[in-house]
Amino acid sequence: MEPIQINQPTPKDFKSDQEVRWCPGCGDHAVLNAVQKALSELGIPREKFAFISGIGCSSRFPYYMNTYGFHGIHGRASAIASGVKIANPDLSVWQITGDGDALAIGGNHFIHVVRRNVDINIILFNNEIYGLTKGQYSPTSEKGIVTKTSPYGTIEEPFSVGELVVGAKGRFFARTLDSNVALSTQIYIEAARHKGTSVVEVLQNCVIFNDGIHEGVAGKEVRDDRTIILRHGEPMVFGKDGDKGLILDGLKLRVVKLGENGYNKNNILVHDVTEPNPGIHYMLANMRYPEYPVALGVIRSVPGPTYDEDVHNQIEDIRKTSKVKCVDDLLNSGSVWTVD
Amino acid sequence: MTKKSKVIEKEEVVIRFSGDSGDGMQLTGTLFSDTAALYGNDIATFPDYPAEIRAPQGTVGGVSGFQVHLGRSEVNNPGDFADVLVAMNPAAIKANARWIKPGGTVIYDKDNFTEKNIEKAGYLKDPIAEEKLDSYNIIAAPVSSMVREALKDLGLDPKTVLRTKNMFALGMVFWLFDRKLKYTEQFFDKKFVKRPEVAQANKIALRAGYYYAETIEALTPVIRINPAPIASGKYRNICGNVATAWGLIAAAEKAGLKLFIGSYPITPATGILEELAARKELGVISFQAEDEIAGICSALGASFAGNLAVTSTSGPGLALKSEAIGLAVMAELPIVIIDVQRGGPSTGLPTKTEQTDLMQALYGRNGESPVVVIAASTPADCFSYAFHAAKIAVEHMTPVVLLTDSYLANGSEPWRIPEMKDLPTITPPYAGTDELPFLPYKRDREKLSRKWAVPGTQGLEHRIGGLEKTIKGTVSYIPENHELMVKLREDKVARVVNDIPDITVFGPETNDLLVVGWGGSYGYLITAVRELIAEGYNVSFINFNYINPLPANTRETFASFKKILVCELNTGQFTNYLRMKHQEFRYEQINKVQGLPFTVQEIKEKCIKILEEN
Repeated sequence: MEPIQINQPTPKDFKSDQEVRWCPGCGDHAVLNAVQKALSELGIPREKFAFISGIGCSSRFPYYMNTYGFHGIHGRASAIASGVKIANPDLSVWQITGDGDALAIGGNHFIHVVRRNVDINIILFNNEIYGLTKGQYSPTSEKGIVTKTSPYGTIEEPFSVGELVVGAKGRFFARTLDSNVALSTQIYIEAARHKGTSVVEVLQNCVIFNDGIHEGVAGKEVRDDRTIILRHGEPMVFGKDGDKGLILDGLKLRVVKLGENGYNKNNILVHDVTEPNPGIHYMLANMRYPEYPVALGVIRSVPGPTYDEDVHNQIEDIRKTSKVKCVDDLLNSGSVWTVD
Repeated sequence: MTKKSKVIEKEEVVIRFSGDSGDGMQLTGTLFSDTAALYGNDIATFPDYPAEIRAPQGTVGGVSGFQVHLGRSEVNNPGDFADVLVAMNPAAIKANARWIKPGGTVIYDKDNFTEKNIEKAGYLKDPIAEEKLDSYNIIAAPVSSMVREALKDLGLDPKTVLRTKNMFALGMVFWLFDRKLKYTEQFFDKKFVKRPEVAQANKIALRAGYYYAETIEALTPVIRINPAPIASGKYRNICGNVATAWGLIAAAEKAGLKLFIGSYPITPATGILEELAARKELGVISFQAEDEIAGICSALGASFAGNLAVTSTSGPGLALKSEAIGLAVMAELPIVIIDVQRGGPSTGLPTKTEQTDLMQALYGRNGESPVVVIAASTPADCFSYAFHAAKIAVEHMTPVVLLTDSYLANGSEPWRIPEMKDLPTITPPYAGTDELPFLPYKRDREKLSRKWAVPGTQGLEHRIGGLEKTIKGTVSYIPENHELMVKLREDKVARVVNDIPDITVFGPETNDLLVVGWGGSYGYLITAVRELIAEGYNVSFINFNYINPLPANTRETFASFKKILVCELNTGQFTNYLRMKHQEFRYEQINKVQGLPFTVQEIKEKCIKILEEN
């Protein structure tokens, strides 16, 4: 055995020797940087990380991480990652997926891993398009979008990731922008520290097949007015001049102007990520421009029992009381007779 | 209990319990076979039940049967034809008349032979006459009214009272075969410990049936089957699904690995998942996934993380898992995939037995995708083949498909309990940290298997996946590298041949006719061949358990026989596989695809016909 070392990796330590093959200008590069930065701040040694992915552009991610990694098959990363975490709960397990991988072919696995609350961190790259197959609409593509498989526009409603997570009894949901590395890094750290399934939706730009899809809300010029960065315990304020806020008006959220009609920082909504009732988180996750700003940051983070811990707790409890301690005991239990 | 004056001894007997799927026939049959096994008979059982949990009452489609074959010498199969049929309703006669031995005994519940039930079963008036069973030993017992009478003082509701009908019938059969009631009575005390009145009712019904048979002298003389001369040791009854589950737990213990099963319920494989889910005291991690695909994918994740990974399914589920098996082939991770075969294609005949998934197991994937394929041949040897499937998977870093079938899964037999110390060792090929950097696809010279680097180990960080790769695990589309990797994966599986036993011949090693079987039809085939040899025919028998790779001596074994006859419950999948692997031989075939096992009779007839042809 080698002597135990204090292992405090730097972001660079997480870079693998493989050449990163995403298109120049792809949002994925920034996500990779932010994740490597976040990991270096967690105080977890490198060998404890496992990155699991499905298929799609983003799913190449594990090859670029100098950690344990498993590039799986299309849509199944949630199931593979569940197996990794349940088999070895000491690992910090990360699932890298996209809107097609997680919500179309892998939709079933996605909702069930969230429901079970297996302690894994899911980074869902949402570029609202199939990139690896060169530009077909995805389950998050806006209705009406013209793509190679929808030459006359789509006729189906898109999924909202946050809505799906909340509907599947999710306890952690956050949203970030690929280009905002500082915010993303902070969110990944919080996702890692949350015990249970953490879903982080990254509004990611596909520079080739869906360029600028998030620009309407995320563009430099407009993002302060069209997004709101939510922070736990702080009033929900946004806008270039910090002069807009959110209130609850009857059963709906409403944007108000601070300093008008008696609204100020003291009477607008204060963000509480730990609220178990998902109502307000659901509304925040579903805010769309132009009626609302798009919510970024950690929207929901509610502690709760995790599947992987409970599996092992149950095993330990039963072990304590069972008379069967080994396979020989099992084989000789119950109705057994001897032939002389 | 009263002494029986007239008792004759017999070599063997086959009894079939049959009734509505709600009549408790499976329990009745199990209690009878457990009693027989405890007494020291060799037994084999065969439950035959409908896919519907409660098909319309009284219909032929809803008939559930349980056949038990007991003998004073080796019993290898549940028997072709029944000496005794217990029929709880007219539909049970309809479903089973063709399976009664000429002149056999039929016990039926007279009270249930109402005009309506007779008509429902498709008879005009008199099922016995219409099936031409008049000359048989027919016992028309008023079972329903007898239990009503016997239990009238217990104050139970009529439904609970009528539920004990099966125990009345069982009591009758116990008397006919000179059996003791003690085991069954103890069973009730245990099962209904919180409802003593129900235990009491069942015991009363059981005794009432026993005394009723005695009073009417239902069958004279009483038949006694003495204990079989079996090897000394500790025994228990075991069915194929439980034996499979236990073989996997044993392998995990032997290998020092945690056992992880990721699975999804499917008939007739569910029993494996259920058994493993109950074995938490031995540290088994069971994960009931959201579907078949998640079952195997979670198991693959667990395999990557260093567990002994298993998934269990039946044919339709194997189809769903095929892409993930391909991933296991490509990533070279150990996993055992158990396919409890049932009638197909599609949903097919979910509760019936077939051997029709062989080609799917061997080839049902995209790309060049070799896996090891093993088949168990008796309910009890599912233990051993599950153990060896796990041993091969781990030591050779490969997926292994273990084929059992509905007949093995639900059938049971006495099993001489092994001791763990006598089982072979299992040595996982862990990667060490002495040779860094770790190359995920560096191979063992002899086996060509790669090393297993368990996440959490410092210095062994690596990436694997479904894309073609180099020895370093780096994605590679280089044409020559791909072809090399394809050949290495194929050769790796082929080299498993060095770790599997040679095939052994039952009967003379050179002969006129070789009967060839594989997997679960063993019991019928060996009985047929044994009888043929006793009758003076020149027949030998081999049964394959290792399908891919085939045992090393297959060719030389085949070469010593004039004729080869391959028997299987499909249209010729193994025969065609042999034609591909060993083209120089001519293969005759017996095939059956009825959702039923072979009968000894049909095998014997065909063998004799082939021997007589020239």
